[in-house]
Amino acid sequence: MNKYSAEVRIVLRNGILDAQGKAIENSLRSLEFSQLTNVKVGKIISLQVEAADDESAKKIVDNASKELLANTIIEDYFITLNKIE
Amino acid sequence: MNCSVITFPGSNCDHDAIFAAELAGWKVKNVWHEERILPIGTDLIILPGGFSYGDYLRCGAIARFSPIMHDVVKFAEKGGYIIGICNGFQILTETKLLPGVLLRNNNLMFRCKDVSIRVTNNKTAFTNKYVENEVITLPIAHGDGNYYADEEVINELEGEDRVVFRYSDENGNITEDANPNGSINNIAGIINGQGNVLGMMPHPERYSDKTLSSDAGLKMFLGILE
Repeated sequence: MNKYSAEVRIVLRNGILDAQGKAIENSLRSLEFSQLTNVKVGKIISLQVEAADDESAKKIVDNASKELLANTIIEDYFITLNKIE
Repeated sequence: MNCSVITFPGSNCDHDAIFAAELAGWKVKNVWHEERILPIGTDLIILPGGFSYGDYLRCGAIARFSPIMHDVVKFAEKGGYIIGICNGFQILTETKLLPGVLLRNNNLMFRCKDVSIRVTNNKTAFTNKYVENEVITLPIAHGDGNYYADEEVINELEGEDRVVFRYSDENGNITEDANPNGSINNIAGIINGQGNVLGMMPHPERYSDKTLSSDAGLKMFLGILE
């Protein structure tokens, strides 16, 4: 068995109102960071996974993302995987 | 008739729901989420408001995996009646017993106030004590009540008359100003295709007795009794 560290980055899908991102963008504008636009807020979930190989590690994290970590009606998720040992 | 009110860690409207259901004439059992089997003879389940599991990850996302939920889903599939109020509505969408999702309020505010609600479908088991298009006042208290679903789902809900409550002004007009959270089409409550599972953001249980200032919500618990 191999051990992997994984990160699942979850963001709201394009077209879904990101109210937090909007509020942050407005605050940035009031601080005169007006060159910063399109602010989006997401979350990163880091975890470790034991699996036989890269492919099955990714599959486990992908299933967990679909099942619980992200709500695919409104969110997209991206997985990065690194072998630890 | 027997009603089971489920308490999750973080539920805080469970006792209000028990109070309202008892007032309406139900024999009520409070069921802890770690139970695996619903009390025998349950006719109605109420998933109450609150902040189950601290709203971690997404509102209602973790409660979906509480041990009792397996039996709740089976109960729904067999046609059993379920009302999900506020966090209970969020749990129903996460469990996929109802379509869509409740997003953060578009104004980013936690809205805690009385709002006008129009009963847009009184032909459900839950709302048959209301007059069609009756405007009632109920409290809301939520930060994530902004109902969202894709166009296909919205068309299906509208086409099948499954939007049961809409935020309105006091005359029943469905306006942007009357929408406290940005919900598509001012949706405040919906029902599933079979007509046995209802989710709503407003709190009928909080207005179930005139000494609490209004009993406009009590009829929600009376309809199914008949």
